[in-house]
Amino acid sequence: MNPEIINTTTEEYKELIESLKKDGFEMMVDLTVVDWFRKKEPRFEIVVQFLSTSKNSRKTIKVFVNDEDLTIPSITDIYPSSNFYEREAYDMFGIVFADHPDLTRILMPDDWEGHPLRKNYGSGRIPVQFKNAPKVD
Amino acid sequence: MKNNKTKKSKLSNFKNKLDFWATNSEEGGWNISSTDEGSQKMLENENEKQIKIQTGTDVVDDFVIDEDTSDDERMIVNMGPQHPSTHGVLRLQAELEGEVVRRVKPIIGYLHTGMEKTGEELNYFQGPTNTTRMDYLSPLFNELVFSLTTEKLIGIEVPKRAETIRILMTELNRVSSHLVALATGGMDIGALSMMIFGFRERELILNFFEKTTGLRMNHNFIRPGGVAADLPDGWQKDVEEIIKIIPEKLQDYDDMLLDNPIWKGRLQNVGILTTEECFAYGVTGPSLRASGYSWDLRKSQPYSGIENYEFDVPTLTEGDVFARWRVKVLEIFESLKIIEQAMHNMPKGPYKVQDKKITPPPRKRLDESMEALIHHFKIYTEGFKVPEGDAYVAVESPRGELGCYIVSDGSAKPYRMHVRGPSFCNLQALPVIMTDSPIADAVAAIASLDPVIGDVDR
Repeated sequence: MNPEIINTTTEEYKELIESLKKDGFEMMVDLTVVDWFRKKEPRFEIVVQFLSTSKNSRKTIKVFVNDEDLTIPSITDIYPSSNFYEREAYDMFGIVFADHPDLTRILMPDDWEGHPLRKNYGSGRIPVQFKNAPKVD
Repeated sequence: MKNNKTKKSKLSNFKNKLDFWATNSEEGGWNISSTDEGSQKMLENENEKQIKIQTGTDVVDDFVIDEDTSDDERMIVNMGPQHPSTHGVLRLQAELEGEVVRRVKPIIGYLHTGMEKTGEELNYFQGPTNTTRMDYLSPLFNELVFSLTTEKLIGIEVPKRAETIRILMTELNRVSSHLVALATGGMDIGALSMMIFGFRERELILNFFEKTTGLRMNHNFIRPGGVAADLPDGWQKDVEEIIKIIPEKLQDYDDMLLDNPIWKGRLQNVGILTTEECFAYGVTGPSLRASGYSWDLRKSQPYSGIENYEFDVPTLTEGDVFARWRVKVLEIFESLKIIEQAMHNMPKGPYKVQDKKITPPPRKRLDESMEALIHHFKIYTEGFKVPEGDAYVAVESPRGELGCYIVSDGSAKPYRMHVRGPSFCNLQALPVIMTDSPIADAVAAIASLDPVIGDVDR
């Protein structure tokens, strides 16, 4: 099934989602972020998947975060299931969801520095020293 | 003779003494109705000092209690991450008022291994190796959803035999995954035989998986463009055995648990989730079907030709832990129906797409054909390129909607690979289930949601 794709802006994002809820899309199934580092401007694109079980259809909402502080309104008051997903997006990409009830890191430790899924975060930046392995200088 | 008599008289003496202690009167016997109530009464409350002396609590303590604190003070208790009932490394912070949970917060991330980041560094050919390790109890579904998304981006259709093998293997995987859920769920509640039974029957399926894919878990069997290998010789015999044995064993489980008053007492009317709560918290899969809403992606948004099979979607209305357990048992029967149909209707033909850019050539072609050698080299060094675009595909995994979102920038590696794990989303409903219920029901509630921490943390 091909979801219908809707592009929107940060300002109209919340209104659109309220109208979706009234439109019979009961479930927010997924929220994720794509980092278009040095490819697109603004850099972060939020992709939200919605599912309507009564109509048996899907909708995808795409919104670029054009705010300088990477802030976008939270939709936890409309769809409570977005709670964990927004925390994950904050943890992995550093997107700030305004008015989120508990915007803390979810997968990484609380004192972690940086946002691991950003494209400019190197995956091998922390060297791993295995036990009893010969040390390489 | 003489000896016996003395023994008897000693015994009767002792019995009389016991009677005296028990009844505090010389006339009393062993009959409870004849006991004097007075001897069973506790000491009077006025005699508080004496009670304290007798029970040894008359301790002088200079500890001053704040006037603000009272007996009904709330307490925060930490459960896990290393706890057998959390099925992995799930940690719960619960605020208790006596025995009742008033607030709970699941804390996750103890098994986070950055698989989405790894997924950006592996090409599409290597991708299933990574995704299969997410939900380790249903690895074939992870491979399936990754392969379906990649195939949607490329725009290819896999041969009929590959589709049927995929359906056969994933439905077998659903049975094995549900068997683990029944086994560990039974163990958490105290039905320890259930644990042995569930894992015993799962072994049948895992043996078949080992024969077909080479591994018991983390198969890397379903790949973009088909499946890795054809089914082994004599596979029908193994599948027939599975179809024959598992319903008999399920009957055994039902005999043991279905009318068991302890099992019912622990599970019925515990941890109720309504359909509205399921929608609000994004709960899908057996938990949604147990709350009275018939929703199965295999029926409504079919994949891999599953619309050609006949099966029902078991739906119950209670929404409690018992209903969630029952739905899983009934789903195993439906999966067995699909497996039987797939076995009898297995089409002949290739099990991989016949596109040289995607499928590596067979080993013996390399010695004869220069092109085959080039294609082989290109696929194994660089991988195949996928056109620009993005796609979201969802399948019905044993835990709910398993989705995969891939963004491609035209290279051989995904620009962004995200997996929507059903356990991650279902776990959000845990506070709803556990709030205002006794701490003893928490274990049953976790087991009924059946979270796999590999799927939660990824």
